[in-house]
Amino acid sequence: MTQLSYRAAFALIVKRDLRIAFRHRDDIINPLLFFIIVVTLFPLGVGPESTMLSRIAPGIIWVAALLSTLLSLDRLFKSDHADGSLEQMLLSPHPIFILVLAKIVAHWLLTGLPLILIAPLLAVLLHLQESSYIALMLTLLLGTPILSLLGAIGVALTVGIKKGGVLLSLLVLPLYIPVLIFATSAIDTAGMNLPYNGQLAIIAAIFFASLTLAPFAVSAALKVSTN
Amino acid sequence: MMWKWLHPYANPETSYHFAGKILPWCARLAFAFLTIGITWALLFAPADYQQGDTFRIFYIHVPAAMLSMGIYLGMAIAALSGLVWQLKLADASAAAMAPIGATFTFIALITGSAWGKPMWGTWWIWDARLTSELILLFLYLGVMALHNAFDDKALAGKAAGILALVGVINLPIIKYSVEWWNTLHQGATVSKLGQPSMTADMFWPFLVCFIGFAFLVTALICLRFRTEILNRNSMRPWVRELVTTEVKTHAV
Repeated sequence: MTQLSYRAAFALIVKRDLRIAFRHRDDIINPLLFFIIVVTLFPLGVGPESTMLSRIAPGIIWVAALLSTLLSLDRLFKSDHADGSLEQMLLSPHPIFILVLAKIVAHWLLTGLPLILIAPLLAVLLHLQESSYIALMLTLLLGTPILSLLGAIGVALTVGIKKGGVLLSLLVLPLYIPVLIFATSAIDTAGMNLPYNGQLAIIAAIFFASLTLAPFAVSAALKVSTN
Repeated sequence: MMWKWLHPYANPETSYHFAGKILPWCARLAFAFLTIGITWALLFAPADYQQGDTFRIFYIHVPAAMLSMGIYLGMAIAALSGLVWQLKLADASAAAMAPIGATFTFIALITGSAWGKPMWGTWWIWDARLTSELILLFLYLGVMALHNAFDDKALAGKAAGILALVGVINLPIIKYSVEWWNTLHQGATVSKLGQPSMTADMFWPFLVCFIGFAFLVTALICLRFRTEILNRNSMRPWVRELVTTEVKTHAV
């Protein structure tokens, strides 16, 4: 038996998860549809005045992004846990850190990336200020991986529980709050034509901190969940 | 060295009796300090020159807020030692602390809100410290919910411990939120050790109140810790023996 290198193992898991997802395309499209529908609800709820919409657009887009990420999190470990492949991964000789990170990267590619691609379109619908677009894209680019990373901790903790869905949102949403605050603040600041690199730097710091630490928490949690 | 000293307390029975021994002392001290502190604070301490008597809620609000964060830190430390050294009792103590911490966070929020109404003219403002205290409450509730979701309490303790450790990142955010978002809430007045920016005749009653609340928390933690131990060891012979002697003494 030949030993897989870390990089090969990482690539293998990413490819596997992507392939599974492409065979169930609904799993990719549904959270995205949810994202679009939630954003559509706000103008209907608060009225169509463009000044108000452009005021609250950053918040709406980001809250919708949080919620749709939350919906898609279940996919991260649930089916693998159900069919036993998760346990096999934990038993494999590779460090769990790499395997977990690969699964999170695959999750981000399937949920974060489509979200970033569709966000400018929704920003147009919400009359977001033109100077804010780059800030919106940058915060999403740095922020959505954080959502996947922190969310993975929540899923890993609840994957063994039968009705973990509501519990998951209870655990994960408070952890998302700092990202939400700094991301919307960056977009707002950009709307006023002020420099927003401070907020971006903090989001980047949170990103790197969660990139290095979250996989450890996820693997510890998976060990607890699979017992 | 330390391990030798700590070693007997890894045994649930020893810890149970130890907690039982310090519980009445903590309760008595808490009662004494709180009686003195609250009376001093409410009746004898000088009123604030700007806020009048309203400010006296400070003597409850600030200890509760400080302890709400302190308990979270304690819970995280217990969870960490539970994860690293596989101490089952550390998980039990973390589980014992969570509801107490949540209660103190709630007290801090309620008293803060009651203080905010006359001072700021509103029950609630979305200020950084209030918000992060609210997030702290959510984190506590999340830990408790996760702990309740597992049937196996040993697993529940581990899972809740991981969550507590993840949430402990929130504590520095609370701490520095005042500097970060710099809003209506006044800066810290108490924690500047050595040179508190309040007069001594306000500081001393505060300190007595704080110590009283700290003893109260310790007593409550001991109480809940004992219950957690009993819950987790209910099938052990020593617990059965304990129950039978208890039943006998009550029957007589």
